[in-house]
Amino acid sequence: MMGTMLVRLRNPNREVHADAPVLVSVLLERLDINRESVLVVRNGTIVPGDERLEPDDVVEVRPVISGGSA
Amino acid sequence: MKCRVCRGPAVIDLPRHNANFCPEHFTRFCRDQVERAISDFDMMQPEDRILVAVSGGKDSLAVWDLLLGLGYAADGLYIGLGIGDYSDTSGGYARRFAQQHAEPRGAKLIEIDLVDDYGYDIPGGARAARRTPCSACGLSKRHLFDRAALDGGYDVLVTGHNLDDEAAVLFGNVLRWQTDYLGRQRPVLPARDGFPRKVKPLVRLSERETAAYCIVSGIDYLVDECPMSAGNKHLGYKEALNEIEVRSPGSKADFYFSFLRRAVDRFAPEPGTGDADRADPGVLAPCARCGSPTSTEVCAFCRLVERAGGSPPDDTPARPVTLGRRGGPDPTGTPSP
Repeated sequence: MMGTMLVRLRNPNREVHADAPVLVSVLLERLDINRESVLVVRNGTIVPGDERLEPDDVVEVRPVISGGSA
Repeated sequence: MKCRVCRGPAVIDLPRHNANFCPEHFTRFCRDQVERAISDFDMMQPEDRILVAVSGGKDSLAVWDLLLGLGYAADGLYIGLGIGDYSDTSGGYARRFAQQHAEPRGAKLIEIDLVDDYGYDIPGGARAARRTPCSACGLSKRHLFDRAALDGGYDVLVTGHNLDDEAAVLFGNVLRWQTDYLGRQRPVLPARDGFPRKVKPLVRLSERETAAYCIVSGIDYLVDECPMSAGNKHLGYKEALNEIEVRSPGSKADFYFSFLRRAVDRFAPEPGTGDADRADPGVLAPCARCGSPTSTEVCAFCRLVERAGGSPPDDTPARPVTLGRRGGPDPTGTPSP
């Protein structure tokens, strides 16, 4: 079932809607974000690149580079 | 995706190790990497008293937690820099970590506040001294961390520099062939008169790994970065290295550790030619104001404080500090482990 999910980005803080379901690795590609520079957090838990994100998930793409953004 | 160790659900994939880990085995992986760094570079001994430079960010809280978990007697030192809300917030993270994770394990957080104790803040100090904010901040922190470690009788000063930090610094120094800096880029700087032993136990962990360690371990850290560091050149170096890393996993570690194995000794300075910021100190004398070692009459920190209109606290001992690797007074009354 296709839908959208809310993705929170940082530095600056902002929120975007993204199509779901989608793999974490694909979401990062669509957002043009280097996987080395972020962690993807869903419900307070980090998720690996092959995890499938579902509609209605609330996801945070958290930068890990000091001074970096996502 | 399954954990390499237990085949349970993995939460993180580490391409450079060709491995995935569940939370339990990822924390064990991080601990193993820190233990290996400490052992490989002979960073510290089990009985050492350790002071950790704490900012409230992921790296400093991760290294403090990891060292406590490994059984080290490690106190934290937080410096309030007077950078508006950012400093208020970062101090809150450091204090909460201390209350929740450090004090129950017998450790304490020591605090210094630039405004309250020295009468200046980083934005004002940078303007007055005509330095960039990062330069004024680095100078202030180096001086105060060194001083606190020596005055407190600590054997080792620990910083949260990680693999990305070290690879980015190396990248920048190689780009400009700054051979004097290359000669001192090691994970251990030995103690010498007026300077404590400094070590970097996180050099085997990337920033992504230290951030993941905090999340998996329930450590709440300040995600937002210092507003004064935006756009600095090290960020660009890190981004460039991550572009390479994602195409060729392990490149950052190879770059840094191959440098340590094969090249750093070639850049060691000739004895007696260096200065206070280099591997060899050259000729140093006590600062006329604070007693810290310096190659000028008044050290750079005291000049910064003076130009910013501040002054050191009344109880600052204006004397040369001569503490080696072990021993010395403990005027703060810090309990032994």
